[in-house]
Amino acid sequence: MEAFLIAVIVAATPFLFAATGELVAERSGVLNLGVEGMMLLGAVAAFATALTTGSSLMGIAAGAAAGMAGAFLFVIVALGFTANQAATGLALTIFGTGASGLIGKDFVGQALAPMPKFTVPEALADNAAARILLAHDGMVFGAVALVILVWAWLNFTRTGLRLRAVGDDHGSAQALGLGVLKVRSLAVLFGGACAGLGGAYLSLVYTPLWAEDMTAGRGWIALALVVFASWRPLRLFIGALIFAAFDQARNYRETLDIDIPSQFLSMAPYLATIIALVVISLASRRSDAPACLGRDFRPDR
Amino acid sequence: MIRLEKRAAPSTKAAILSPLIAIALTVACGLLMIQAAGKSPGDAVDAYFLFPFNDLKAYFAAGEEARASLLYQPAEVVLKAIPLALIGVGLAVAFRAGIFNIGAAGQYILGAIFAGAVALYAPDTTPQIILLPACLIAGTLGGLLWALIPAFLRVRAGASEILTSLMLTYVAGYLLDWVVRGPWRDPLGFGFPQSREFPEATAMPLLLEGTRLHWGLFVMLAVVAAVWFAMARTITGFRVNITGLAPRAAHFAGFQQGRTIYVVFLLSGALAGLAGALETTAIIGQLQPEISAEYGFAAIIVAFLGRLHPVGVLLAALVLALTYIGGENAQITLGLPRNATLVFQGMLLLFLLACDAMIHYRLRWRTTARV
Amino acid sequence: MTSGNATPPRSVLFEARSIAKSFGDVHANRDISLDVAMGEKLALLGENGAGKSTFVKMIDGVLRPDRGEFLWRGKPVSISSPAVARQLGIGMVFQHFSTFEALTVGENLALALPKLSKRAIGKKAAELSDKYGLTLRLSRRVEALSAGEKQRVEIVRALIQTPKLLILDEPTSVLTPQEADRLFETLDALAADGMALIYISHRLPEIRQLCDRATILRQGAVVATCDPKTTPLSQIAEMMIGKTADPIRRTGSYVGAARLKVDNLSISVPEGTSLKKISFNARRGEILAIAGVAGEGQEALFSALSGEIPARRAKSITLSDKPIGAMGPTRRRRLGIAFAPEQRLGHAAVGDFPLSENLRITRHGLRGGETSLKARAAKIREAFDVRAGAGDPKAATLSGGNLQKFVMGREIDREPEVFVVAQPTWGVDAGAASFIRNELMRMTEKGAAVVVISQDLEEIFQIADRVAVLHRGELSETFAIDALTPERIGLLMSGSDIADLEMVDNTPEPRPQPKLVASNDAASVPPASASAVLSEPVRTVETETASAPPSTPAPPKPPPPQAPTRLSTRGTTSVQWTPPESFHPVRPEQ
Repeated sequence: MEAFLIAVIVAATPFLFAATGELVAERSGVLNLGVEGMMLLGAVAAFATALTTGSSLMGIAAGAAAGMAGAFLFVIVALGFTANQAATGLALTIFGTGASGLIGKDFVGQALAPMPKFTVPEALADNAAARILLAHDGMVFGAVALVILVWAWLNFTRTGLRLRAVGDDHGSAQALGLGVLKVRSLAVLFGGACAGLGGAYLSLVYTPLWAEDMTAGRGWIALALVVFASWRPLRLFIGALIFAAFDQARNYRETLDIDIPSQFLSMAPYLATIIALVVISLASRRSDAPACLGRDFRPDR
Repeated sequence: MIRLEKRAAPSTKAAILSPLIAIALTVACGLLMIQAAGKSPGDAVDAYFLFPFNDLKAYFAAGEEARASLLYQPAEVVLKAIPLALIGVGLAVAFRAGIFNIGAAGQYILGAIFAGAVALYAPDTTPQIILLPACLIAGTLGGLLWALIPAFLRVRAGASEILTSLMLTYVAGYLLDWVVRGPWRDPLGFGFPQSREFPEATAMPLLLEGTRLHWGLFVMLAVVAAVWFAMARTITGFRVNITGLAPRAAHFAGFQQGRTIYVVFLLSGALAGLAGALETTAIIGQLQPEISAEYGFAAIIVAFLGRLHPVGVLLAALVLALTYIGGENAQITLGLPRNATLVFQGMLLLFLLACDAMIHYRLRWRTTARV
Repeated sequence: MTSGNATPPRSVLFEARSIAKSFGDVHANRDISLDVAMGEKLALLGENGAGKSTFVKMIDGVLRPDRGEFLWRGKPVSISSPAVARQLGIGMVFQHFSTFEALTVGENLALALPKLSKRAIGKKAAELSDKYGLTLRLSRRVEALSAGEKQRVEIVRALIQTPKLLILDEPTSVLTPQEADRLFETLDALAADGMALIYISHRLPEIRQLCDRATILRQGAVVATCDPKTTPLSQIAEMMIGKTADPIRRTGSYVGAARLKVDNLSISVPEGTSLKKISFNARRGEILAIAGVAGEGQEALFSALSGEIPARRAKSITLSDKPIGAMGPTRRRRLGIAFAPEQRLGHAAVGDFPLSENLRITRHGLRGGETSLKARAAKIREAFDVRAGAGDPKAATLSGGNLQKFVMGREIDREPEVFVVAQPTWGVDAGAASFIRNELMRMTEKGAAVVVISQDLEEIFQIADRVAVLHRGELSETFAIDALTPERIGLLMSGSDIADLEMVDNTPEPRPQPKLVASNDAASVPPASASAVLSEPVRTVETETASAPPSTPAPPKPPPPQAPTRLSTRGTTSVQWTPPESFHPVRPEQ
């Protein structure tokens, strides 16, 4: 059971990274379906960099940069040329899947040393909860910090407020001179960097190796997670843990004595998201769903 | 800096030019990449685009007995275009109505599962002649029912069809995985995740000896023609077009949006299901976890590249099919990885979407005269 | 013409000199000069399209004038952006809320003040609330607020930047009378503290209540500046509207039985003004005008009549005694009714469609409606003088006037028994406008009933037989046109009741009082009233064929009713009209 819970926390980490980035992009009013592609770009760049330089930190930075580069394509096409956001995101995913495979073909089969884990202080070593929560690598704590920082930033800072305003009503935002396209571009780039970090975690820590298509749909789960969390950062924790539990339950079916076929565990996050989406859409009170999500914007003059 | 200036009316010329420019840009970028990878761009053009035509040329030059094998590759291109065009033409209709069904891959998978159910579990007494049609009808129904879910959720709850149809794709994928590893696994299959092989009678008859091309081509052509007719000549086509262009005018014309959403979702879902059924019965011959469901996503490119027009979709399906077959060919002759195909497809769609800005906007170089 | 009181000399804060602005060949502002002093409340008056909004957008730095200059405290200034306007000390309260629904009140305020801390904003808001009674709870989300509270957020957002000049664009359009009264108290207090106000409206009573001076715009130019407290409202109304052109009135009247009846129709719409218990009927051979300024429920009324929003009760709309309230647009069209909405592109027509396909929009599903559309479109182009490119051009390529003529032609060509049209000549050139009006009148000569929803009083006086006025989702009684003057309709449109009118307007009138005749419900009107006279030629018309216009002589002018009947839209006998509970379009505050 302890191993399962530790595995859940580890599995939740890439979800947290990618979903937090996508949440920021969506709160600014942009639906970027390219998360999967950006994660793969991040994963391969991180792995390649870490392997050649021998530095995990460099790898992490390269992962974020690669994700951001993918997001930059999205910014140009969907925001610069006002193309359909859903189609642009899909194109980015297709492109990212292919490009990561191209870049990574020489790295298949190589392995990295896993990142060091935090050693639980001896005083706490007998405490199971401490072991479950603390025996992790730095990126796990980084993901937790990222979510909290984004939550605080969105809710308590001036720029966070500006981002939410742009996502809520781009017409009014333009009238107040809030620079809609600039805010959205930065939000999407941030989302790309986060997705890249999520990918980097997969290739540097989780596996740690590079394989084609190694994200295996985690980008889509991250996307679902944002909806499931109804666009609130702190709810990402709950969602990520639940989705990761479904994910890991497959590997621990015997230990946990689960009788459900693993495929049903795998599809649960998607079904849960559909249900969440329906509930949100039916609720008479407006949720935190950004009112301008996915809508084109071009200033008048 | 480029500035976009709204046109009074969308430009038809730009709409036709845009995919051609996008293809040209993709090819140019692709060749640059190949050169950077240290391969000859000329060989790459040959491997990607010209080989089916080279084979065709050779076919007419060759003698009787050498011919058959030379038709194989060109036929493969057409073969790949069948599911792409089938799905793409349905998606084109949905996109025209402004409805983003991006879950065609899931509907394709359900089509395969339904067709598989009939193929595997039809009573032995079933007349052989109706087995194949029954499979195809079941597959169509499967895709249709799967598409009914996002349509219903959109109309009744207002839930974004983009997200629901996408999520359902993954649900469908795991459903297929489950049936082939669980209840429908072939007991004599040495534990491989696959179903029993379908009965002989479910296979589409071949069209050309020595190739895999089958009569499904005519099913596809008939569907494309029917959709073209419906879009150009019937009130439903009018309904779809007006709903996408001006929802308010559509309402004024007496068309309720909810019904239009059902119509286009069911059509695109049914065609994706039909494609899935065709692909499994004619090409694969059994159910397995991997049944080329990525056609569902590639068909989105097909629909956009084909200008959401049935004839355009047909041409675009051939272009996309060429990238698949060309990719496989380049894998062998140039040692390019399989993923290069996805890179080209992604680039093509990105370029196309950017170029489509020309349809609604005039591109102007920003001058300093005005703010 | 300033107020006559012995006030200290005016210190002019802001002045506009000969401002002009064109969009293409539309001259929104031709020549506008005005000034406003500190502590002064200036009304900017004008009909829709007079150029008020364009003008204030230039003051706010959103648009740039083509000609003319602005002076701030006597010095020329260039207002190149809203930020510059803020720095000068110009505050703006928009007509349509530019608040963010999902954000709290405090956050909305903070967005306008990038430099202040949250605490400072809270403090300032509290000060304003104490001083002017603008209470706001900063932690509430804007979406949960009533319209009046949202308005308050907008005003506080403008005031918190301590502007010297505050511009309010139609601030009361969504407010209940109580909320409006509260707003006026605030504005009075602000002006008493030395702030200059420019108050844009077309509601005359509130101008009289609030403002010291009024500058009146018509067709993009200043017509006059006057003191609204002493100038008779009827005179102001006339200045706004202009001398109406001589009506193109036809020689005969062919009014017959009611074709379209609306009975107690209520429609609630999520956005815009809902309809509350509307009743009227349109009769054979007449043009019934539904007057009213924009946003008073016209959209909902048109959608209800066209079937885009079906009524809950089928019987609330009847066409030749057949209940059609539950039907959709196509089924209604089959019964011989036609519609032409206000918005041409995107509602009446599709820009990307060629004209023949645009014909299909209102022809599909009708008997023979879809045969030879191209030939039909060509015929309509010829008959209605639609000038456009050769062949079958896309609708987007037509000019506004030509597209409107085509849309009108598309419906009139069907020879409908009832035709409902919204703003038939909105934004079209004079030639096309008179062409369209003539066509509408010709329809009635053939026995059609025409309902024209219009804001254009000139048009109404030219073509209408009867008028009812829509205000805040309620419809007044129907008046015979001969019994009304433009001023009186203008006053009804601005929300004043006839009762108010007679109290405030003491200018001598040439005609004997009273001169308003109600004919909303023909059955209940005494025989001596106008509608009884107008119903006289019924028999003549019904025996005539529709093709040949009957040459009946003009009916005698309706004689004035015998006894002076007091008119009140709600049948109360009191002079001062008080709105019933259900009247307010906005939900009451909690």
